[in-house]
Amino acid sequence: MNSLGEAFTAAWRLIAGFDAELAQVVGLSLQVSLTAVVIATLIGLPVGAMIAVERFRGRQALIVLLNALMGLPPVVVGLLVYLLLSRAGPLGSLGILFTPTAMVIAQAILITPIIAALSRQTLEDAWREYDEQLRSLGARRITAGMTLIWDTRFSLLTIVLAGFGRAVAEVGAVMIVGGNIDGVTRVMTTAIALETSKGDLPLALGLGIVLLTLVIVLNALAAVIREMALRRYG
Amino acid sequence: MLPLELQELTFTAGGAQIIRGISARIEAGPRSVILGPNGAGKSVLMRLCHGLLTPSSGRIVWHGAHGGKSVDMRRHQAMVFQRPVMLRRSALANVMYGLKLAGKSRSQAELRAMDVLEVVGLAQHAQRPARVLSGGEQQRLALARAWALGPDVLFLDEPTANLDPASTQDIEHIINAIHASGTKIIMTTHNLGQARRLGDEILFISNGRLMEHTPIDRFFKAPTSAEAASFIKGEIPWQ
Repeated sequence: MNSLGEAFTAAWRLIAGFDAELAQVVGLSLQVSLTAVVIATLIGLPVGAMIAVERFRGRQALIVLLNALMGLPPVVVGLLVYLLLSRAGPLGSLGILFTPTAMVIAQAILITPIIAALSRQTLEDAWREYDEQLRSLGARRITAGMTLIWDTRFSLLTIVLAGFGRAVAEVGAVMIVGGNIDGVTRVMTTAIALETSKGDLPLALGLGIVLLTLVIVLNALAAVIREMALRRYG
Repeated sequence: MLPLELQELTFTAGGAQIIRGISARIEAGPRSVILGPNGAGKSVLMRLCHGLLTPSSGRIVWHGAHGGKSVDMRRHQAMVFQRPVMLRRSALANVMYGLKLAGKSRSQAELRAMDVLEVVGLAQHAQRPARVLSGGEQQRLALARAWALGPDVLFLDEPTANLDPASTQDIEHIINAIHASGTKIIMTTHNLGQARRLGDEILFISNGRLMEHTPIDRFFKAPTSAEAASFIKGEIPWQ
């Protein structure tokens, strides 16, 4: 019990003192996951919008698949990206295994289905409501799609934040494709795993506290944005 | 673009026949009221005319000056829905949205939008988010949004179905103003009082069929179909 208390005190000291190692790890985490969420949004949002408003063969199957992919196990994604990027793999010549780029790719693959599936649901509900009105006002498909995205922007932002939360808290994929190399590919989650197994509890706890705080702040932010939007725009 | 001619129109959805062979010719001028009980097919008929639904068989022909492709026709008509969808932006921006789609510049659109908001009595709410307006105000905004486009024909689907008497009166005043400005009014209602107040001619629909198409006086004095007679009789005690 005592050692746990000591670990907490030490963790606070690291955070309060802006410990260089801790800051470096947090910084890389944010950089990797933010890049991944931007890429996932650029792909997932248009895909979600397309499935929401278009009718085509196999649409229902695609929706089921996307929903299933929301639960992709990170280690499996890590393994697949590892196989792709390893020296003998099809993209081995790029030489990006064990770099932050590989971690970005893995996380983007992990959260693109989440953003696509959730935005598909949001946009489809809105489309059902807006469809006739927009067509009556003379909106063509692309315009109507843009209007839908704009009108649901706060819900969509919440979805993007959820995707970021999933990426930044994920450990399996970045561990496998990043390799947890000190100063190069070590992020919050992989550092926690390593430091815990090494017994360096203060650093692990410090990172844990930062991570937890980040996730809570993100969710609070999402709630505040929704609330504000609802009050302002109805 | 009038007259509007419906030729043997049918519409089937999910195995149910909703419109069963309607032929009619709707001329420019008189306010046409499509009257009938709930579920008669009034809204579907209106959506077919407006081009939101495609008929299962039969044809919709717009005669007159603008006659041409259906894409063009949409520019000359507008519709107000029973439950209008307000975009999540200001009342002014809602009216400007359709105008910009119709090719107006930003400043032209704003000028025109402010004009119609003034007419429907919403100028002081121009900057408020449309979705926080009351039901009656939203319906007036929907009328402004449709009217701003300067349509030849305005379709109104039960425009006052969810409103209180005062709001209903506001809406009916605006509809008459739009009529006076030269726009053809085609509206649905199941309310006999409203049909009497606003209609010049009645198209009575029952069970997907057009039972009568007559001037308003003759419809109420001497309905020719049993369905219309019983509809009038059944409704009168609640007038």
